[in-house]
Amino acid sequence: MSASTARKPPRIGDNPAFRRALIAIVLVVTAFFVVAPLVVIGIEAFSKGWATYAAAITDADTRHAIYLTVVTALIAVPINTAFGIAAAWAITKFDFWGRRFLLIVIEIPFSISPIVAGVAYLFVYGLQGLFGHVLQAADIKILFALPGIVLASMFVTAPFVARELIPLMQAQGRDLEEAATSLGASGWRTFFSVTLPNIRWALLYGVVLCNARVMGEFGAVSVVSGNIRGQTNTMPLHIELLYHDYQSAGAFAVASILAVLAVVTLVAKVLLERRGAGRGAHRPALATPPPSAAPQFASEKTT
Amino acid sequence: MQRRVLPGLHLTLGLTLLYVSIIVVLPLGALVYKAASLGFADYWRIVSSGRAVASYRVTVTCALAATAFNLVFGFALAWVLVRYRFPGRRFVDALVDLPFALPTAVAGIALTALFAPNGWFGAYLARVGIQVAYTPLGIMIAMAFTSLPFIVRTVQPVLEDLDPTLEEAAQSLGGSDAAIFRKVMLPLLTPALLAGISLAFARSLGEFGAIIFIAGNQPFQTEITALLTFIRLEEYDYQAAAAIASVLLITAFVMLAVTNLMQARALRYTQRA
Repeated sequence: MSASTARKPPRIGDNPAFRRALIAIVLVVTAFFVVAPLVVIGIEAFSKGWATYAAAITDADTRHAIYLTVVTALIAVPINTAFGIAAAWAITKFDFWGRRFLLIVIEIPFSISPIVAGVAYLFVYGLQGLFGHVLQAADIKILFALPGIVLASMFVTAPFVARELIPLMQAQGRDLEEAATSLGASGWRTFFSVTLPNIRWALLYGVVLCNARVMGEFGAVSVVSGNIRGQTNTMPLHIELLYHDYQSAGAFAVASILAVLAVVTLVAKVLLERRGAGRGAHRPALATPPPSAAPQFASEKTT
Repeated sequence: MQRRVLPGLHLTLGLTLLYVSIIVVLPLGALVYKAASLGFADYWRIVSSGRAVASYRVTVTCALAATAFNLVFGFALAWVLVRYRFPGRRFVDALVDLPFALPTAVAGIALTALFAPNGWFGAYLARVGIQVAYTPLGIMIAMAFTSLPFIVRTVQPVLEDLDPTLEEAAQSLGGSDAAIFRKVMLPLLTPALLAGISLAFARSLGEFGAIIFIAGNQPFQTEITALLTFIRLEEYDYQAAAAIASVLLITAFVMLAVTNLMQARALRYTQRA
């Protein structure tokens, strides 16, 4: 290819008619299948005018649903971020027995139906569950209250930050951290001045995706929240309630807020991907090469 | 034997194990314990009841159809994004992830608004006698929407890394485009396609939020397994909910094993190529 500058043979599928037809088909299907759902939300939300939209958004129950969703995210996302960092540090900076098994366990919530997650939490904290009676005796309310919603949200998003960080930190190896500590830096100092600058965009990427999922989670939260209007209704649950109440415009008005969040998430995702984040996202952490493939200086240093 | 140089093993591993135990293992253990405490006869009676079996059939059939649709459309989308340059390409590329970013309940009501008999597309389809919303076709559409990114995003990087010299060699040997695609490119793409298929299929089996709005939810016809679990809970039939949820859990574990196998294979294959 480098030698022949005159004529590069056309690649497979470069036939102009075929290319144009395929692009046209794909664009049309994307428009109908991906763009139309986004557009219909906006149009339905304003179908009864600005006044109805404003009324739906500022309604007391809607405001409470927004508040509950934000509070849930403010608790669940930081905790999951801390967990993701800890898990990534443990898994990529050390070799220990059961490491690959731990990776599988962390990824489990990703493959489980949110309904199953909700049911599982019911059998831990519900009256028919393991701790139900103990909790009732102590007058601690977990299910059908904020703690249950937060726990279910943390379950479904548990792998989000870890799965962005692990492939990246795996690829970066341990040399920089080992150099820092051998020069006398403390563990925290090493993390904040050496590791964190290298992983910040991937970390932010994971946090953004985690937040989007927490705010939009429906199935798992639906089981554990009890759907009490104005009390335990998050935004997605409130959408369902309005929709089944034949307040379609109201449901789409609340949905429009979450749709805006989705678009903002997509924009943030593209911007972060330009900075190199998200490369590991569609690559399973399990399939990344084991650390033995990376040079290990530690064994030489100890002698 | 290697000595640990870096600090923080006990802190980070301890935190990780604690978190995973409380958030992931404990609830799933409780569910398995609850389902196991039923006894085999009761368990089997519940999971093999007519309504449950009908729900498995609906879920699996629709998930297969949705995955087949995404195999064709997702592959075409990945191909167009990688091989061609056209205005708006990056915009379309970003849009592929919309189904991941859009909350499932929002996707559910949006798709229903489009495909309901009086909706934008539903009205036209009704004229030619096709009803989508409140039929298995609606379930399929919802599943296809929510699992679209999987096949695109697993095939895309492999298609990007495909060595152009292979194509050129095949062309210089006089192969037709169709033959080169089938005999040279497709075998290299197959592992990634299989990985994408298994991810998309697994996601479709577990999907709930997007489906319940568009499905109609008629027992034996448009009731998915996840919804049946939910209905049993609302009827306070916790044993049945535990048993049916355990079927979904076992399926998820099987699919997890399959997807990991497929992805590991795909990665090995591309690294060798």
